[in-house]
Amino acid sequence: MSESLTCDVVVVGAGMTGAACALYAARAGLGVTVVDRGPVAGGTTGAGEGNLLVSDKAPGPELGLALLSLRLWAELAARYGPDIEYDAKGGLVVAETPEAVDGLRAFADAQRAAGVTAEAVPADRLHDLEPRLAPALPGGVRYPQDAQVMPALAAAHLLKASGARLLTGHEVTRVLRARDGAVRGVRTTRGDVHAPAVVNAAGTWGGELASRADVFLPVMPRRGFVLVTEPLPPRIRHKVYAADYVADVAGDTADLLASPVVEGTAAGPVLIGASRERVGFDRSLSLRAVRALAAGATRLFPFLSEVRAVRTYAGFRPYLPDHLPAIGPDPRAPGLFHACGHEGAGIGLAPGTGLLVAQALTGETPGLDLAPFRPDRFPRPTKEAAR
Amino acid sequence: MTSPESADAARAFEVTFDGRPVEALPGRTIAAVLWAAGITSWRTTRDGGRPRGVFCGIGVCFDCLVTVNGRPGRRACLVPARPGDVIRTQEGTGHED
Amino acid sequence: MRTDLAVIGAGPAGLAAALAAARRGIRVALVDAAPRPGGQYFRQPAPGLGTEGAVPRHGRRTWTRLRAALAESAVDVRPEHHVWCVERESGGLTVHALLGPEQRESVDVRADAVLLATGGYETVLPFPGWTLPGVVTAGGAQAMLKGGLVTPGRTAVVAGTGPLLLPVATGLAAAGVRVAALVESTDPARLPRHARALAGKLPEAAGYAARLLRHRVPVLTRHTVVRAHGEDRLTGVTVAALEAEGRVRPGTERLLPCDALAVGHGMLPHTDLAETLGCRLDGHAVAVDAEQRTDVPGVWAAGEATGIGGAALALAEGHIAGRSVAARLRGTAPDPHDWAPAARIRARERTAAAALHALHGPPAHWGDGVPDDTVLCRCEEVTAGAVREALTLGAGDTRTVKLLTRAGMGWCQGRMCAPGVAALTGCPPTPSRRPFARPVPLGVLAARHDRPTPHDRPHPRSEEGPS
Repeated sequence: MSESLTCDVVVVGAGMTGAACALYAARAGLGVTVVDRGPVAGGTTGAGEGNLLVSDKAPGPELGLALLSLRLWAELAARYGPDIEYDAKGGLVVAETPEAVDGLRAFADAQRAAGVTAEAVPADRLHDLEPRLAPALPGGVRYPQDAQVMPALAAAHLLKASGARLLTGHEVTRVLRARDGAVRGVRTTRGDVHAPAVVNAAGTWGGELASRADVFLPVMPRRGFVLVTEPLPPRIRHKVYAADYVADVAGDTADLLASPVVEGTAAGPVLIGASRERVGFDRSLSLRAVRALAAGATRLFPFLSEVRAVRTYAGFRPYLPDHLPAIGPDPRAPGLFHACGHEGAGIGLAPGTGLLVAQALTGETPGLDLAPFRPDRFPRPTKEAAR
Repeated sequence: MTSPESADAARAFEVTFDGRPVEALPGRTIAAVLWAAGITSWRTTRDGGRPRGVFCGIGVCFDCLVTVNGRPGRRACLVPARPGDVIRTQEGTGHED
Repeated sequence: MRTDLAVIGAGPAGLAAALAAARRGIRVALVDAAPRPGGQYFRQPAPGLGTEGAVPRHGRRTWTRLRAALAESAVDVRPEHHVWCVERESGGLTVHALLGPEQRESVDVRADAVLLATGGYETVLPFPGWTLPGVVTAGGAQAMLKGGLVTPGRTAVVAGTGPLLLPVATGLAAAGVRVAALVESTDPARLPRHARALAGKLPEAAGYAARLLRHRVPVLTRHTVVRAHGEDRLTGVTVAALEAEGRVRPGTERLLPCDALAVGHGMLPHTDLAETLGCRLDGHAVAVDAEQRTDVPGVWAAGEATGIGGAALALAEGHIAGRSVAARLRGTAPDPHDWAPAARIRARERTAAAALHALHGPPAHWGDGVPDDTVLCRCEEVTAGAVREALTLGAGDTRTVKLLTRAGMGWCQGRMCAPGVAALTGCPPTPSRRPFARPVPLGVLAARHDRPTPHDRPHPRSEEGPS
C-alpha cells in the first residue's frame, strides 16, 4: 500500500509527546498527521509509570516546563480524567538517613522559591500520610502537585481527541527536504506524507529520526526496569520515593543506579521503579537491576516482602547529554521541530511540550523560553572525537 | 465430584472451608479436596465479584486462587491439603483493607 | 548446588533426557514443580490415594520402565522446584527456583547445561459463560482426575478440538461421570487428507472410539459450544452445528444440561524461560537444531516446548537431547547414528503432529461470535467489548491491546486470554515476554544472597557475591 498525503504538520511518534503535540497543534487549527513505525504507545510511553512530577526537579528550565505541564494536565484531566486514570495523588519523598533529611529540606526550599508546593513532613507524621511505610524513617517532604496517569491510555485518548490522522505501522525512512533545505514532509515505508512542518516526537529514537533529516541530535537510551506486583487493595497512597532518586535522575554514570520509587495504581498492582543503566537498547532481563528495585521497595514498605512480583519489563528513557529535552524549531532544517529527549519525565512534560511546539508551529511567542531546549545545542562530534 | 476410587478412609483428615469441616485425603490438592466435597468455587473476582474455581488445573491460569491459613493468592490446584488447614474463599485481591 | 546438566521439567521429555545423559556419566539434576516426576502425561495420584492413576493404558508400560530406570539412575530428582528464571552467567547457567508449595524461598541450581523440557498448556477460546465454575480445561479435568482422582461434576460435556478430547472423555466416563457429549469442531471428512501422516495414530484413536461406544458417549463432530449457562455455577451448555466456513449454523442450537464442561482448543508451549534466556523462537515454539540445541550456548530444549506433539515425540526429543548434552559437555560432537531410532520416531511424530495441528484448527471466525459482554481476560475481567474499543484507539497488536485494556496484565500474564484476544482482534498471536515464569515474592528478589539448600554440598563455584 502506498499513500501520498498532504497536511499542515506531520508528527513522528504516536507516544505521549506525539499525542500532546498533535492535540495542541490541532487545537491551534492545524491539520495533523501522526505517523509511527509501531502502534500507539509502542515505545517508552508503553513502558512508563505515568509520572507527572515536580518533586524530582531542581529549579531551572525543566521545572518551569513541569509546572506548565502540570497545569495543563489538570485541565486535560477535567475532560479525560477517568479515561486516562489521572490521579492527583501527590508525591512523598522520604529520607532514609538524618543527613538526607537536611538535603531534602534544602532542595524543597529552593523548589518552593520556584513555585513548587512542598511540605516538610516530620518523622512522626509520615505514617499519617503512608501508614505502611517502614518505621523509624527520619522525615520527608510531601509534594501535593505530583500526579499520575496511565500513560498508554493517556496517549491513545489524547491522540483520538486531537482528531489527527493516525498512521501506525509507517516507519519514516527520510525527512524530505526541498532544495533550499526546508522540510517538505516525510517518506515512510508506506508512502510519502507532505507537509511544511515535521515534529520529531520519536522519543528514544529521536536521534535516529534527526539523522534521517540530516541533523545531529544525540538522544540515547537509558534503560529502566519496572517491577509490577500482584493486585492489592489501595495500600500506598502517594508516589513514594527515596531521596536518592533525585541524585540518580541527575546522575551521569553508565552503571546501574537504583533508587526505590513505589506507587499503587488504579488497577491494583503496585509499580516499583526506578533503575537506570546505559546499556543501549538491550531489553534482556537484568536480575541485578530488579533485585535492587525489590530491595529498595521492601526497605521503604516492609509489607511488600510477602507480595509477589508478577511481571517486570524494561523501557528506554530518551536522554540528551545535559538531561534536558530538545523542544522547538531546528534552525538547521527549517520546518523541522523537535519534541524529544525528556528522559524519564516525558509523560509529565508532554502537555507543556505539545503546547510550546504548537506555539512555535503557528508563530506565536512560546509561553516559556525555549533557549535551554534548543535542538542545535549539541555540536556534532568531529570524526576524531568520535573515535 | 465423585471419588472414582475409594481410598482408605482411616487415613482421612479434616480441613475447614469457610468454617465448615471438609474431609480430605492425603496427597490431594486443596482443589481436589474441595471438588470431592462438591465445592467448585472458592474465589470471587475483584471487579465483578464473580465466583471462580479450577480452570486449567495445572497452575497456569491462577483462577483457583484461595486463602489458606490466612495467606491469600495460593493456587488450590497445586497446594496439597494438610490436616487442619483453614481454607477460606478469597474475595477480591484476598488482601484486607 | 552445582551440576553438569539441569533438566527443567520431569515429564516425558525431561525424564528421557535426564536418563539418557545420566547413563553416559553426566551429573543431572531433574528439577520439577510437582511433588513427583511424570509431568502432565504421566501424572500419578499421591501414594496416599492408594491406586494407580488414570494414565492412558498405552502409556503405563512406558511409565513403569521410566520410573524403574529413574530409581536406578544417579539422577538427582528435585521435586517442588518452581523455576522462575534461568540466568546466563559467566561460567554457566543458574536455575532459580521457588521451593515447595510455600514458594517463599528461592534456591539456585548451577549447571553447565540446561535442558528446557517445560511442556505446554491448554488454550481455550472464550465464549459466554466460560468463566463459570464447572467449566474447566480438558487437560485440567484430566489432571485433577489423574492426580486427585476427582471429577468436576456428575454429567459432563467434553468440547473443543484436538486429540486431547478423546482421552479426557473416556477418562471421565471410566471414572463414572456421565459424558453427555463429546463435541468436536473438526469435520471428520477432513481426516482422509491427513490419513497417511496419522496412520500411526489410528489404533490409539480406534481404542478411544471403542471406549466411547462402550460408555455410550454421543459424539458430535462439526459442532461447537456456543454458550455455558448458569448463575454461580454451570447448569448446561448450548451446542450448535458449524457451517463449512466455521460459523454456527442458525437453528441448530440445543441445550445439553450438565454440571461440568471440559473444553480445549489445542495447546501452546511454555517458552518463558527460553525467551528470557534469549533463545530464538519459531512461532510459539523454541527453535532447536537436529540435536535439540537452542541457539543459546548450553541450552537445549525438548518436548512440547519445541512444538506441541505429544508424549512419544517428547520422549524421542528428550532422548536425543540427553545424548547430545552428554557428548557436548565432554567436548565431543555426537554421532547422530547413535540415536537413529529416536530420530525416526521424532520425524514420524512431527509429521503426525503437523497433521493433527492442521486437522484441529479451531473454528474460523471465532472472534466474530463473541458478544461484547463476554469476559476475555479472566484475571482482569476485560470484556470483548473493551478489547474492540481498544482497536478504535489505535491498537494494532496484542501488546497495545494489553496496554490499553489490561487484558493479559493479570496473574496469568496473558497465558489464558492471548489466544482469545488474537482471535477477536485479528492481530497475530505473538508470545509475550515474561521474564518471571511465575510470580516471585519481592522478599525473595530483595534477598541478594541466595541461600544454598540444606542438603547442598559446598562447592567452590556455588558462592555468589552481591549482585
